[in-house]
Amino acid sequence: MAKAPEKVDESYNTEARKILASRQRAERQASFEFRALSTFPAVLFVVVLAVLLVRAWPILQQKSLINLLLGDVWRPSEGQFGFLPFIAGSLWVTILAMVFAAPVSILCAIFLSEYARPTTKALIKPLIDILAAIPSVVYGLWGVLVIVPWVQQSVAPTLGRWFPFLPLFNSSNPTGYSILSGALVLAVMVVPFIIAISYEVMRTVPRGYHEASLAVGATRWQTVRYVVFPRVAGGLIAGVVLGTSRAFGETMAVLMVVGNNPIIPHSIFDAAYPLTALIANNYGEMMSIPLYDSALLASALLLLLIVLMFNVLAALALRRATAREQA
Amino acid sequence: MKRITRRHLEELIAQGLMYLSLALVAGSLGWILITIIERGAPALTWDMITKTPQGGFYLGKEGGVLNAILGSLYLALGGTFAALVFSLPIALGLNIYIPRKSRWALLVRSVLDVLWGIPSIVYGAFGFTLMLALGMRASLLAGIITLAFVELPIMVRAMDEVLRRMPRDLENASYAMGATRIETALRVVLPQMLPGLVTAVMLAFGRGIGDAASVLFTAGYTDRIPTSLMDPTASLPLAVFFQLSMPYPEVQKRAYAAAFILTLLVLLISFLSRWISARLSRYSIK
Repeated sequence: MAKAPEKVDESYNTEARKILASRQRAERQASFEFRALSTFPAVLFVVVLAVLLVRAWPILQQKSLINLLLGDVWRPSEGQFGFLPFIAGSLWVTILAMVFAAPVSILCAIFLSEYARPTTKALIKPLIDILAAIPSVVYGLWGVLVIVPWVQQSVAPTLGRWFPFLPLFNSSNPTGYSILSGALVLAVMVVPFIIAISYEVMRTVPRGYHEASLAVGATRWQTVRYVVFPRVAGGLIAGVVLGTSRAFGETMAVLMVVGNNPIIPHSIFDAAYPLTALIANNYGEMMSIPLYDSALLASALLLLLIVLMFNVLAALALRRATAREQA
Repeated sequence: MKRITRRHLEELIAQGLMYLSLALVAGSLGWILITIIERGAPALTWDMITKTPQGGFYLGKEGGVLNAILGSLYLALGGTFAALVFSLPIALGLNIYIPRKSRWALLVRSVLDVLWGIPSIVYGAFGFTLMLALGMRASLLAGIITLAFVELPIMVRAMDEVLRRMPRDLENASYAMGATRIETALRVVLPQMLPGLVTAVMLAFGRGIGDAASVLFTAGYTDRIPTSLMDPTASLPLAVFFQLSMPYPEVQKRAYAAAFILTLLVLLISFLSRWISARLSRYSIK
């Protein structure tokens, strides 16, 4: 119809080519940059590990690992660096916190995913988000003002009177700054964390399973116990392990209420000195004592490795749990 | 008949335990908030938020916590910005440039999980060592860098969660029109996912502002307001931590006020991020 143009517009053609070339150049450059940046997390992790290892090296060379990990005397000025009291302190506080937190969190998660109506859920979930958002020093402040006096004035005397024969409840520590206080504060802190993971895991069970179970006359709890539980057990364990790892690495809140006494505790009312508190209280000062700084970075390395182990375990359990669900 | 009563009893016990657990959790939250308000609200005077501590280093009984409020904002804003500069490309790269199910993507995500699990005190010790190696003193800049390490994995993971839920069709439509990947990332994916990304940034900001262990050695502590990146900086969490252990009620009051302000800020950020996300998502294609 229209007459063919007598002359092809060369300038348009070169203009389009130029634009295309610049777009392609931008794309190539972006592709390289994005790929390069994706190595950043791995690089950061390796650098953190390397820096801690290099700085911890002097003490690792001078003392045997067994000497460090199982030594129970901590006198840096005399060159004695036994980490056992701190490892024991961390374990006591963490394990006791999980004893409180794990059942409560899993029961809450079951309620949220299996029982709660949407309106109830919409009411409870923000509460849990708030609990997760509160900074750890605020938990610590609450611990100092509320939990410590409560443990000192009510819990310790009462349990000591009722169970005088149990060494677990016997302690000469008259202050409330104790493992129990640390564990209670820590438990409240990790609860929202475990609830969130457990809830996500429980939601992966298809609706049809519930319906089938309820249809044959099972109660809701029976459905949870015989249908949901076997499918999510791995995921729930992973959630608890991740919570344990969080609790193990928590610093400020625990530091404020746990008493910080480098002895191996024997009772839940004894003071303890977790690894994290050791670093927080001493690092950055006292650098004149030989090997002290190296010892503290060795304890940071130890902390990192323990937490790393927990995380890898949890990741494996979680992957297995979700892989089965998808298959 | 016996069987039915037994399983119903079991149901009742299970439900009872669930309600008890919920009550414990909600009760603890209420108890914490009440404690903070009860102690913090009376301590919160106009002087408290407009003045720095006065009447002597550390032990001064007058003035307020302005140094900590501003210090915390500087630290958290700086740390969040630094983390954002790295997080956004990493998250976009994970979802656009690197094949989703590839080994590399799996590895990067696993490493991010590991970084996310590292306690902030370890980042603090690492940051301090790094700071000494670079010949710096405890300062705002060192605090910002350390905080960025803490926030980075939180931000990337949250962004990745958001980007993974992006409708594939939208991306494919963009490619079909002849757009390159970077054009798709910046002009299609970014605007579409903006509400979720903003939420991720605010989540990291909230974490950053409340984190004490990472800035404990690196940011230092001072009564003054920092005027340059090389000045030491106070922060709200450390204001709570240091001033609570002082034997003077006037100084402890500042700790309560700081805790109250910090909690208020964190809750505000949490609500704001919900609101912004709801508001911005009006413009995205559902």
